[in-house]
Amino acid sequence: MPEAIEVDHLVKKYGDLAAVGGIDFRVRAGTVFSFLGPNGAGKTTTTEILEGLRRRTEGDVSVLGLDPWKDAYALHLRVGVIPQDFRFFEKITPKEAVQYYSSLFHTHPDPDELLARVQLADKANARFDTLSGGQKQKLGLALALTNDPEICFLDEPTTGLDPTARRAIWEVIRALKAEGRTVFLTTHYLEEAELLADQVAIIHHGRIIASGTPNEIITAHGRPERLRFQASPALADYLRPKLDLPVIAADGRVDVELHDQSDVLRVLTAVEASGLPWQNFSTAQDTLEDVFVRLVGQMDDGALKSEVPA
Amino acid sequence: MRPRHIAADFKIVFRSYQRNPVALFFSLIFPIILIALFGLIFSAVGSATVTVQVLNLDHNSPASQEFLDALNNTTFVKVQVVNWNASNFAAQLGQNDDPVGLVIPAGFDANYSAHQPVNVVVYTDPEDASSGGALLSAVQGVSNAFNLHASNGTAIVGITQQNVGSQVYTYIDYLIPGLIGFSILTSPMFSMVDVAAGYRKDGIFRQLSLTPLTRAEWLTSHILWYTVLTFVTAGIMIGAGIELFGAHVNVNLGLVPFLIVGPLLFVSLGMLAGSVAKTPESAALIGNIITFPMMFLSGTFFQVSMFPPALQTFAHVLPLYYVIDGMNQVMLFSNATRAFTDFVIVLISALIVFALAVQFFKWRDE
Repeated sequence: MPEAIEVDHLVKKYGDLAAVGGIDFRVRAGTVFSFLGPNGAGKTTTTEILEGLRRRTEGDVSVLGLDPWKDAYALHLRVGVIPQDFRFFEKITPKEAVQYYSSLFHTHPDPDELLARVQLADKANARFDTLSGGQKQKLGLALALTNDPEICFLDEPTTGLDPTARRAIWEVIRALKAEGRTVFLTTHYLEEAELLADQVAIIHHGRIIASGTPNEIITAHGRPERLRFQASPALADYLRPKLDLPVIAADGRVDVELHDQSDVLRVLTAVEASGLPWQNFSTAQDTLEDVFVRLVGQMDDGALKSEVPA
Repeated sequence: MRPRHIAADFKIVFRSYQRNPVALFFSLIFPIILIALFGLIFSAVGSATVTVQVLNLDHNSPASQEFLDALNNTTFVKVQVVNWNASNFAAQLGQNDDPVGLVIPAGFDANYSAHQPVNVVVYTDPEDASSGGALLSAVQGVSNAFNLHASNGTAIVGITQQNVGSQVYTYIDYLIPGLIGFSILTSPMFSMVDVAAGYRKDGIFRQLSLTPLTRAEWLTSHILWYTVLTFVTAGIMIGAGIELFGAHVNVNLGLVPFLIVGPLLFVSLGMLAGSVAKTPESAALIGNIITFPMMFLSGTFFQVSMFPPALQTFAHVLPLYYVIDGMNQVMLFSNATRAFTDFVIVLISALIVFALAVQFFKWRDE
């Protein structure tokens, strides 16, 4: 599959401060790529450079084979963008906004159909300044689709939305992928990235600290799968000398890390042999969010600094 | 420049405006208020007679009565005889807010008949120079006639009064081109400065930079909109001036070029001012620094020829001066040559400012 976005050693400096410190990544066409990072990590700066809204200091960036800054005009005919905190003319309605964009792009989408697609049909004739935050984001999404884009850049499209509205946007994103479009998604919600993204990159302090599929990242940076019992620390004390596996007691729970699937039977046997009371055993696995919080936390403590860039 | 893009953006600007009651008030109702207000204030000064409080200490003697009748006949002043105490006449005038007063001394008739010098006393308020001036000239005129009569002389030099230009003008006639100029300046300047800084802050320019609309097309649609608005405003002002104050101005095609280059100049200038500023606050400040001197010193409310020479020189570097002067030439003096010169000056300034505005105003950050 061809690459929709190629980034090589991208650097963006504001004066002496490097907001982005030399990052590399690829986004394959037709996939959903999620760009994650805490506030101030360089996420929006990178996204805006890819969108042609900001000039880079160093490095090579190619979006659909174009230089986003120099070829911005040509690029914008082929991509759709919802910037963070989308704003529009206050007295204009969503329907008029779609008609306006269609005139500018020389495209002919049916405004009602497009607004229905982002679940904004009921507000088609309401003025922008009367829309809620979520409805404004939906209009941003509709406008980003008026030119039938090959890549959609969605910068935190679900921030501040209620759960129903978020799920509606997720459906739109899934549909975009199904139509063969590339989606570049930045988000604060790790669960969203895990659900939607084919590839994920985590940026922190201007550097990429992890990248791959959500599973690859969890496998590479997450803790091993664990067997979990509700039990007193006495069980942990009993198990430690019996097993060659890490045993952690906390919050009324005892976690035993598994190295291998065959460990499950050994652990259960040992627990049964202890004669100590326990309830509710389950397996636990790190989510992308657990990994994200650990990686970012460790990097801030200095532990991971030698590892970057990943 | 693609007309389709300009038309699409024009529609957005028009709708935004149409749905904004404050903007509608300022473009449609405010011109009428301006004309009415300034028309009332200044036409009162020009046309109404000045009422003069008169203390006649010669107690209705024939000569004093004749003197007062002659004053009344000048039509510049209206005599109102009072019976105040002579010792605090000036104080009484001040308390009653009367700007002018006149005292005929006792023995006026006797002295006049005996050909002995006698002085009438004129009181004026320095704050109301025009009423004082009107009374002084009226009293001087009547005194001269009395002196001439007393010495059995005949008037040799007479005066025939005519107004400047080809017909009779009142203040309101000068006010109409001045106030149209005022609207051409203020309406786009204030709103474009605001738009330039606000749209940048809200990211609306960034949003537009993601579309095929260009900055020149965007600016052009705004210039077109303000041109339309200028035609409407000018129509309202001319209509109100004629209806309310009986103004007589020439309305012809010569006005059209000024109603087009004016908005071109000031939409671009507002955009330029808003673009060079870093924040909306500094944009408003820069806008005011440019707008206020022009608002008062370009012949909007007062004729530039009334200014002291230094201010007149300053007025001649203000582009609005040429817009208003040009409209004066068209609407009052029918001086096509000077109107054309004014037009060329405004056009050249407008093109330069437009080019600078397109240059300085950026959709995107570096």
